[in-house]
Amino acid sequence: MVAAALSNNWVRTVTRVLTMSLLAFAIFGPITNMLLWAVAEVWYFPYKLPLEYGFSFWERVFRPEGNATEALFSSIWIALLTVVVSLAIAIPAGYALARGKMPFRYLIMLLFLLPQAFPAVAVHMNVARIFYGLDLTGSVVGVVLVHASQGLVFSVWIATAAFAAVDAELEAAARNMGAGRWRTFVDVTLPLALPGIMASAIFVFLISMDEFTGTYFVGAPDVVTLPMLLFTSSMEGNYQIASISSLILLVPSVGFMLFIERFLKADVLAKVGN
Amino acid sequence: MSGQSMSVGPGRTGALLLVAPALLMIGFLFVYPFGYSVVSAFTDNGEGSWHIANFTKAIEFYSKDILFTIVIVSLSTAIIGILAVAIAGYLTLGENPTAVAILKWLYRWPLFIPFIVSAQLMRTFLAKNGMMNNILTSSGIIEPLAAQSYLDWRGIVITFVWKQTPFVALLVAGAMASIDRTTIDAGRIFGASRLRILIELVVPQIATTLMVGLILSYVVMLSVLSVPLMINAQSPTMLTVDMAWRINSYGDYGVANALGIMSYLFTGVVAWFYLRQSLKDKGA
Repeated sequence: MVAAALSNNWVRTVTRVLTMSLLAFAIFGPITNMLLWAVAEVWYFPYKLPLEYGFSFWERVFRPEGNATEALFSSIWIALLTVVVSLAIAIPAGYALARGKMPFRYLIMLLFLLPQAFPAVAVHMNVARIFYGLDLTGSVVGVVLVHASQGLVFSVWIATAAFAAVDAELEAAARNMGAGRWRTFVDVTLPLALPGIMASAIFVFLISMDEFTGTYFVGAPDVVTLPMLLFTSSMEGNYQIASISSLILLVPSVGFMLFIERFLKADVLAKVGN
Repeated sequence: MSGQSMSVGPGRTGALLLVAPALLMIGFLFVYPFGYSVVSAFTDNGEGSWHIANFTKAIEFYSKDILFTIVIVSLSTAIIGILAVAIAGYLTLGENPTAVAILKWLYRWPLFIPFIVSAQLMRTFLAKNGMMNNILTSSGIIEPLAAQSYLDWRGIVITFVWKQTPFVALLVAGAMASIDRTTIDAGRIFGASRLRILIELVVPQIATTLMVGLILSYVVMLSVLSVPLMINAQSPTMLTVDMAWRINSYGDYGVANALGIMSYLFTGVVAWFYLRQSLKDKGA
């Protein structure tokens, strides 16, 4: 009996270790492969590992006139503009949806979800066509608008949740003490909602940094963001450049995963989509 | 009399004015192009009479890809569902704290990796000389000569599953954490196996969350252009690639939009389920 129980236990442990190792390989295998490509100088079939390692591709990529530096800066610039546009639209909308007497509130909330509910490609190719008539294709403004529209559901929903989580009694108290609407909003509501607003800004920044489809239709070939550079270099078979671009794009994404919980508090999270 | 009754928020008109810029943006960048795509699909580039020639052409040229898209997306959704329930289930019912902690740390990684980066990772990982084949041949599981590239429909499914499973697992694990533990404990007392507890007691309680997660993933997979473009752009491929091709090579918005309408319909079917469910939940 004891021996059987022991061996049963042993089988369980082995299965557990094997499953976890398999999962770890499935998750980190592709990432490791990319890291290898990022430092490979020479690597071709049938060699299992790169023949030479080095950073000469990094040098090529990060030269001041290198295309990755340019793409990185244009990505960051576009992402920052997208955040500004999104917040300028989402803060008033979120405040109104959380506090105002909004007719058809549920339908309006749902409306912001619509762009997420339909395949983006089919919509974006028509946006590109409309923009063409307005001379916005291939322009940073056009790309920023497309990115902001994609992030709108997140920015508006999170901003709404952030404002809803602010205790209305505090605002009422400020009003009772004679503060005007604007003063109450700027001095009481906005500072209290700020962590949630920051979270929505981070969300939008990342959406813009990673966006491909809209940029592909609206921005190409004039606006080259990092995902566009990744795509073209990968299609040309230049896996080193593609992997280095991937790595650069991974940094903000993984950083976000580690830090989002600081900004997106549970009380706000519980109200998202309500 | 003041206090609560004193309105702290904007009134009706004020609220509508504040939300107007956001509504304008949705109108200009979503509703308008959406309507544009419908008109374009049923006419000759928005001119002349209404007809369905674009659809007959689309079906004639791309019926294989239409089927291919449905199969890939449905298969990926099914696998994602099974894996997400397995991961979340182990996180909830697992008895070994170390294993649970490791799994919790492990499974989330792909969540925030962008689709285009996932596509590039898999493009190298699943290639003929990619790391997957190298490990398989080195460990003697397959012969070196039998190594093949997985950059076809399998690559697309693998990439989708890799990228989307953590998202659904995260939602489902959250739902599982908040269900009533007494039913689980009751099941344990009566000696039900953990698998049975998971399938018969836990999954029914989180079915709504699971469905929402799977529907969102399904729509995302139908929308993603980078993954099929980078993993397998040869025929048969997914509709997103065909749309891009139709426009970039022929400037043929009619057929591209007809394909677009079909992808709307695929999501329309599941969106209907989603709306029905969420309205039911709101009513409850």
